[in-house]
Amino acid sequence: MTRDIAVVAFAQTDHRRTTDELSEVEMLMPVLHEVLDRTGLKTADIGFTCSGSSDYLAGRAFSFTLALDGVGAWPPISESHVEMDGAWALYEAWTKLLTGDADTALVYSYGKSSPGSVRDVLTRQLDPYYVAPLWPDSVALAALQAQALIDAGDTDEPALAAVAARSRADATANSHAQLRGSLPQGEYLVRPLRTGDCPPIGDGAAAVVLAAGERARELCERPAWIRGIDHRIEAHSLGVRDLTDSPSTRLAAEKAGAFERPVDTAELHAPFTSQEVVLRKALRLDDSVRVNPSGGALAANPMMAAGLIRIGEAAAGIHRGESDRALAHATSGPCLQQNLVAVLEGDPR
Amino acid sequence: MSKEPVAVVGIGQTKHVAARRDVSIAGLVREAAGRALEDAELTWADVDAVVIGKAPDFFEGVMMPELYLADALGAVGKPMLRVHTAGSVGGSTALVAANLVAARVHGTVLTLAFEKQSESNAMWGLSLPIPFQQPLLAGAGGFFAPHVRAYMRRSGAPDTVGSLVAYKDRRNALKNPYAHLHEHDITLEKVQASPMLWDPIRYSETCPSSDGACAMVLTDRAGAARAPRPPAWMLGGAMRSEPTLFAGKDFVSPQAGKDCAADVYRQAGIADPRRDIDAVEMYVPFSWYEPMWLENLGFADEGEGWKLTESGVTELDGDLPVNMSGGVLSTNPIGASGMIRFAEAALQARGQAGEHQVDGARRVLGHAYGGGSQFFSMWLVGSEPPES
Amino acid sequence: MPEVLKAPLAVEFPFTRSLGPVQSAFLTGLRERVVLGVKAKDGRTLVPPVEYDPVTAEEIRDLVEVAPTGTVTTWAWNHEPRRGQPLDTPFAWVLVRLDGADTALLHALDAPGPDAVHTGMRVRVRWAEERSGAITDIACFEPYDGEPAGPTGHSGEFADAISGIVAFARLDYTYSPGRAQSDYIHALSERRTVGERCPSCRKVYVPPRGACPTCGVATAEHVEVGPRGTVTTFCIVNIKAKNLDIEVPYVYAHIALDGADLALHGRIGGIPYDQVRMGLRVEPVWTEGARYPDHYRPTGEPDAEYDTYKELL
Repeated sequence: MTRDIAVVAFAQTDHRRTTDELSEVEMLMPVLHEVLDRTGLKTADIGFTCSGSSDYLAGRAFSFTLALDGVGAWPPISESHVEMDGAWALYEAWTKLLTGDADTALVYSYGKSSPGSVRDVLTRQLDPYYVAPLWPDSVALAALQAQALIDAGDTDEPALAAVAARSRADATANSHAQLRGSLPQGEYLVRPLRTGDCPPIGDGAAAVVLAAGERARELCERPAWIRGIDHRIEAHSLGVRDLTDSPSTRLAAEKAGAFERPVDTAELHAPFTSQEVVLRKALRLDDSVRVNPSGGALAANPMMAAGLIRIGEAAAGIHRGESDRALAHATSGPCLQQNLVAVLEGDPR
Repeated sequence: MSKEPVAVVGIGQTKHVAARRDVSIAGLVREAAGRALEDAELTWADVDAVVIGKAPDFFEGVMMPELYLADALGAVGKPMLRVHTAGSVGGSTALVAANLVAARVHGTVLTLAFEKQSESNAMWGLSLPIPFQQPLLAGAGGFFAPHVRAYMRRSGAPDTVGSLVAYKDRRNALKNPYAHLHEHDITLEKVQASPMLWDPIRYSETCPSSDGACAMVLTDRAGAARAPRPPAWMLGGAMRSEPTLFAGKDFVSPQAGKDCAADVYRQAGIADPRRDIDAVEMYVPFSWYEPMWLENLGFADEGEGWKLTESGVTELDGDLPVNMSGGVLSTNPIGASGMIRFAEAALQARGQAGEHQVDGARRVLGHAYGGGSQFFSMWLVGSEPPES
Repeated sequence: MPEVLKAPLAVEFPFTRSLGPVQSAFLTGLRERVVLGVKAKDGRTLVPPVEYDPVTAEEIRDLVEVAPTGTVTTWAWNHEPRRGQPLDTPFAWVLVRLDGADTALLHALDAPGPDAVHTGMRVRVRWAEERSGAITDIACFEPYDGEPAGPTGHSGEFADAISGIVAFARLDYTYSPGRAQSDYIHALSERRTVGERCPSCRKVYVPPRGACPTCGVATAEHVEVGPRGTVTTFCIVNIKAKNLDIEVPYVYAHIALDGADLALHGRIGGIPYDQVRMGLRVEPVWTEGARYPDHYRPTGEPDAEYDTYKELL
C-alpha cells in the first residue's frame, strides 16, 4: 500500500517576542482559520487532527486541551497530540493518512516562550540525575557543540557570522519573521556563540493541511508531495556523541530518499548558526541548494512550531512554483539529538 | 488498498506499587519493555521504532523525557515518538504505534507508557497555582463526584452500585500479580464502610497512585507468524476528542466516547457489542464509571448500565466480565493506565491472562479516556486475525 | 482595551528521584571522592555510567573506577552564570574525558578566563566541601598539570549507598491569561460576571476562553449573566484539600448562572450541607478583596425543574 500524500496548505502567525495579550488559543485560532480557508475545508471535513506542544513551555499541565477550543471539535473529531514539535505531529498524521483511515489531516503546533525563560526551561529536558541538576542552558550546550566544530576545523566565527547574516537578510522577504535585515553579530552569549548566532526567543503558531491523492489535487493547485519522511534519535548524553556530526539526520535523510536526487531548496531547523554547519555536512548540501530562504529558525524560532514551519515553508515554495524538490528538517533535544527529514516535490511543470 | 493487520506479540508490565524506590525512571521503563520483548522472544535490535506515552511531564519533572530515555529504550538510530493525550494517553500511544505497522511504515514497533508518580505528587502537577484562576475547590475526586451524582439522578441507580464495582475490581486484582492493590481481606462491607470522601464517592471507590510501566510489541503478519505465543489481533482502533467544557456537554455519556466506540465496532464488524464482545477492560478511575461507560460504549441502554453491574454480569465469571485485571481502581500509574487496559485486552485475547483469564475470550475491548471526559481511545482485539 | 493582566507563576518542586543500582553507585562514589564508570559491551568505559549500553540497550553493570583527572574535549565560556549553575563566577562549561574513560562528562571548569581554556587541556575534579551523593559533589573541574591520578582500585561497593536524590527545581513564568479571560477578570472586580456569546451558535460562555469550543471561532460579544443561578449537580467534600482553608464538610457544586449556557463551579454555603440539592437556586456571596465569590447561598426561590437545567450539568 502506498498513497501519495501532500502538504496542501500552510499558515503561520507573525512571530513575536511576546504575545501576552493573547492566550494560546487566541494566538493559534487565526492560523487554523487561515489554513482551512486556503483549502475551503471546515473542521468537520478534516479526517484527522494532530498537534504538537509542550506543557513545560506553558508552565501548565494539559495546556493542549485548551488549544483544542480553537479547532471547534464538535461533533467530536479523530484527534491526537504529541509532546513534540509539530513536525512529528505531521509525521503521525502522515501515517494516519497512509493507512487510508483519513484523506485529509489538520496539523498544528504552537509555543509561547515569552512567559518563561526558555534557556532554563530546556534544562529540564536533560538527564535528570547527572545533568539537569547543573542547569546547563540551551545556549551553553550549543556553544559546546560550536567549539567542537571550530576545533575540528569545520567552521570558524566569521563563517558562523555569515550564516547569521545570510539568514536575517533572507528573512527580509518573510513578513512573519521576528528578526530581519542587517543585525549586529553582537557580544558573546556563551562563547563561541554570539547573540547573532542564536535564535530569537518568541511566540508563534503554525498549521498545515495534508491530503492524499486526488483530494490533494482538488485542494491545491500544486501540492507539495511528501516523497519521503523519516526521523531518528541519538543517544542523549552529549559525552557519548560526536557533536560535529549528525548521524541521525543523515539516516533520516537516507530513509526519506533525500540523496536519490538533488534538492533545490532546504529548510533546516538549525536554531544556532553552528548547527547549520552540522546539518549541511550530514545532508551533503552544497552551494547549489538554497538553504533557509525563509530565514530559518535564526529569524523566527517559536518552540514546538519551528520544525513544522520548516516543512510548511518548504511546501509553500513548491505551492508558489519557486521550488520543485525541497528538503525540510526538524530537530528536537539538546545539540540536534533527534531529527526529522522530509522530501517534498511538486508535479513537473 | 488495505491496511496491514496488526498483532500484539509481546506484553510486559512492572509490578505496580506506590513507589518503586529501587529503580530509576529508565530502570522502570526498561523493566516493562524487557518483559514485552522477552514475551515476544525478540531483542532490542528487532525493534524498528519506539512509541512512548505518558501524562504531563510535570509529574516526574522531566520535560519530554523520551529524549533522556532514548538509549534506555534501545531507540538510538531509530524513530521515537512521544504521545500525550491526557489520561487516554496509554491507549492513544498504542494506537499511534499500531498505525505505524498498519501503514507498513515499520514491521515491529515497541510501544510503552509509564508514570513514576512517586517522583512528585500528581495533585501538585495538576493544580499548579495559575494566577487569576479560582483554586480547585475539591481535590481530584471533586472533579468526578458531581458527574456521578448526575448519573445517579439520571439513571435512578441505587447508591450501592459503586461499592459493588470496587469490591469486584479489588477481588479481580488479587488474581493479577502485577496489580498495585492486593487487599486480601476485602469485603463488600469494608468497601461500604470506607469513608465518604467526595459524597457520593467513597475512599474504596477511588484509584490509588502508582509507579508503573506497561509495554507491548506490535508487529505485522510476518512478525506474528514468527511469534512464539498466540498473538492478539487488532480488529479495530479509534480515537475521538471533544472540547474540555462546552455548552451542552454530557459529562455522563460524552458523545466522543460513543463515536469512538461506534468507529471501533464498525471496523471490527461488531453489530451488537453486548453479544459480540466477550470481555472489556475499561478506564474506571472511580467505581461509578463502570455503569456509566457500559452505557456510553453501547453495552447497555441509557440508564441501564448499573443493572449489568448489580446483576453480576460484569463479574469475572459473569456474562460480560469488566476489568478482569482489577482495573484502574487497583492500579493507576496515570500515563500507563490506558495502555494497561489495552494490554489486558490483548492478554485475554491471547489466552495469557493467567488466573484472571476469561474462558473463551475471543474479542475483547480495551478502553481509555482522559482530560475532562473528552479524549477517548479504544481498541478491539481478537484471537483471530481480521478478515481481509 | 483594558490593560493586559500579568502575574508571576513559580513552578517549583523537590522531586524525589530513586536511582537504581548503577546511578546509586556513581553518586555514592562521588560522595566518597571516587569516580566510577561502567563497561559497555564494546569494551568502552562510560563515565558517567548508565544502566544500559548506549548502542545495544543491553543491561550493563560492570563498574570500574576511573581517575579524577582528565582532558577537556570541548568547552564554552559562560561569562554570565545563571541560577542553579555550578559556579556563580564566570566559568567554562566543559565536556571532560576522565583518564580511563571513553566518554565525556559535562560539568563546569573554574578558570580565570576564556584565554586560559582550550580543548585538550588537562583538568581534575575539585570536590565539594560537603558531599551528599549528587552530581554537585563535584564542585567543578580545575586546571591541572600533573600526572594522571591513579584510581584507588575501588570495587564500586559501598556500605551505605544512597538510593535516591532530591532534585529541587524551580522555573519562573509570567502568566497572562489572554484577552477574553482578562475581560472576565476585570468585570469580576466589579462583582459582575460577564461571559461571551458565540457569534455562530449563540451560546454564552462563562468564563469565556476566547473561542467557542464547539464552533472554533472567536467570541467577543459581552453578556452579563447571573448573579443568580441553579445548582445543577454537586458533591459533598469530606476531606480537607491542601492549601484550602475551608471547613469540611462542604458542598462543591456546578452552578448554571442565569443566562449562561454552561455551569461554573463554586462552594455552597448558608445552608446545611446535607440539604443542598440539584435544582437549588443560589446567589453569590462576596467578601472584601476577593476575586471570586466566596460562596453561593440559597435565594429562597423554589427549586428549578430538572428539565430546565438537565443540559447544564
